[in-house]
Amino acid sequence: MSEHVTLPEGNVEKQTTTINIGPTHPATHGVFQNIVELDGETIVSAEQTVGYIHRAFEKIAEHRTPYQITTLTDRLNYCSAPLNNIGWHIACEKLLGIKTPKRVDYLRVIIMELSRISDHLICNSIVGVDSGAFSGFLYVMQYRELIYEIYEEICGSRLTTNMGRIGGFERNFTAQAFEKLEKFIKEWPVVLKEFDELFNRNRIFMDRTIGVGPISAERALNYGFTGPNLRAAGVDYDVRLHSPYSSYEDFQFTVPVGSTGDCYDRYLVRDQEMWQSLEIIKQAYKKVQEFKGAEAEVYHADVPDFYLPDKKDVYTKMEALIYHFKIIMGETKMPVGEVYSSIEAANGELGFYLISDGGRSPYRLHFRRPCFIYYQAYSELTKGGLLSDAIITMSSLNLIAGELDA
Amino acid sequence: MALTNEIIRHKLIEKFGEEVTGFEEPYGMLSFTSDKNLNLKLLQFLYDEPSLGFRFLTDLCAVHYPNNTGKELAVVYHLHNLRENVRLRYKVFTDIAKPDVFSAYALFSAANWMERETFDFFGVNFVGHPNLKRILNVEEMEYFPLRKEYPLEDQKRIDKDDEMFGREGETQAYIK
Repeated sequence: MSEHVTLPEGNVEKQTTTINIGPTHPATHGVFQNIVELDGETIVSAEQTVGYIHRAFEKIAEHRTPYQITTLTDRLNYCSAPLNNIGWHIACEKLLGIKTPKRVDYLRVIIMELSRISDHLICNSIVGVDSGAFSGFLYVMQYRELIYEIYEEICGSRLTTNMGRIGGFERNFTAQAFEKLEKFIKEWPVVLKEFDELFNRNRIFMDRTIGVGPISAERALNYGFTGPNLRAAGVDYDVRLHSPYSSYEDFQFTVPVGSTGDCYDRYLVRDQEMWQSLEIIKQAYKKVQEFKGAEAEVYHADVPDFYLPDKKDVYTKMEALIYHFKIIMGETKMPVGEVYSSIEAANGELGFYLISDGGRSPYRLHFRRPCFIYYQAYSELTKGGLLSDAIITMSSLNLIAGELDA
Repeated sequence: MALTNEIIRHKLIEKFGEEVTGFEEPYGMLSFTSDKNLNLKLLQFLYDEPSLGFRFLTDLCAVHYPNNTGKELAVVYHLHNLRENVRLRYKVFTDIAKPDVFSAYALFSAANWMERETFDFFGVNFVGHPNLKRILNVEEMEYFPLRKEYPLEDQKRIDKDDEMFGREGETQAYIK
């Protein structure tokens, strides 16, 4: 401690320690490496190394048909895989000029908002874990399990969902899926309220997160921030409102906006977004229930070139058999075109820049990954703060390694 | 008056004349190109001009067109005007033999890692970038993987036994 040791005048050497956080470290969620230079416990500078989970998705996508690319998009932000899947299908639909029916849009909205809740839950509870409160995380995981069960009813998988098709879903939502959704809508608000009561006005949590890792709106915009991190800094940019897709314009919801862009603001923005997502789910579910008769059986657009036909038709009708063969073997050509399509993923604007040269797979597919773009700001956010603040900043930014590296 | 593609195009031609070409509107997004040496001037104009105000760099990536001799690598900037909600796409083409493009880092801090990724995948040398080294691949990699001439799999791997994958081996995996 400096008050016990007096260094002679004129002979003070500023010594900094360089330590390595990661790539395997319990506090980093995913594989990130940060080489930080510390002066005591204050961070002087930080340098990030990324790429530990780089799986060359963009190169692979040049050799894969659209449905094979859906499996790649699962593994981008793996905490909210349906969002990525649906985003990719929306990009393909934009290229092909397909318009999805309203019921498909509303069902997609339900799934997308469930994924958003699931992702924000992880982020917020992990911020709690990193500040020492483990119970919140375990408690809300039960409801994340319920969300996974809903995914399972719809597409069969829990984590890497590979959900949906170009034009809609593979099958209509079963009665069990709707039952689980109703259970979620009924029980989840109570749990989230308890989670809020644990953290929102908790003295320790507030002291750990207020003023930690702040960023101003101008810097955030310059860094290309999107999503809850940008909204916490005060800019109300939400792709769902700016360029509505999948009938988001039919829903009423507010976009929570913070002011200082620090960890507490990010936590609160995500928390409020979960409440708003619940509102959207309720509205969407009500709209879905209003479809009666034949309309209630619609779960995909009519695109025989890209949508796998029903199995019973494949076994009996010739055209269905041909389409099935062509789609599975990837013989269907995508039209020539260049399109940029984006959705509001859990972390921000997830963009797909798709260039097609008329072949079976894209000529170039680039994923605009929000995590990759805002992680650049990490050294600026943590400079001058303490090491423990750096850990909380990292978890409050919601960095998902899969999306960072792709 | 709302910002439309026509207004943007008009303003660009007014300022840069014949140096901005290739105006297209695929799927409603204005797309144009110019000589690569003009990229910073053009980006700065789009940023500063009050009626345009494209202050958000959504994305920066590259595309390789091996058949366009002299202009094989295209660096694509996606810009977004958040107030008017207008997006545009700006491309600059560069020769693969000497792929130097001025770095947009001074204008957009977001360009930092996006340019590093483009360098890593395509080998575009961003002049003026503070730290242009590979970001997602290993530093020792000698080639630029997303260029079209490189196959999907690394041909220099010695740890993978192709026989086990049913390729190129004399013994097939049939057990009689």
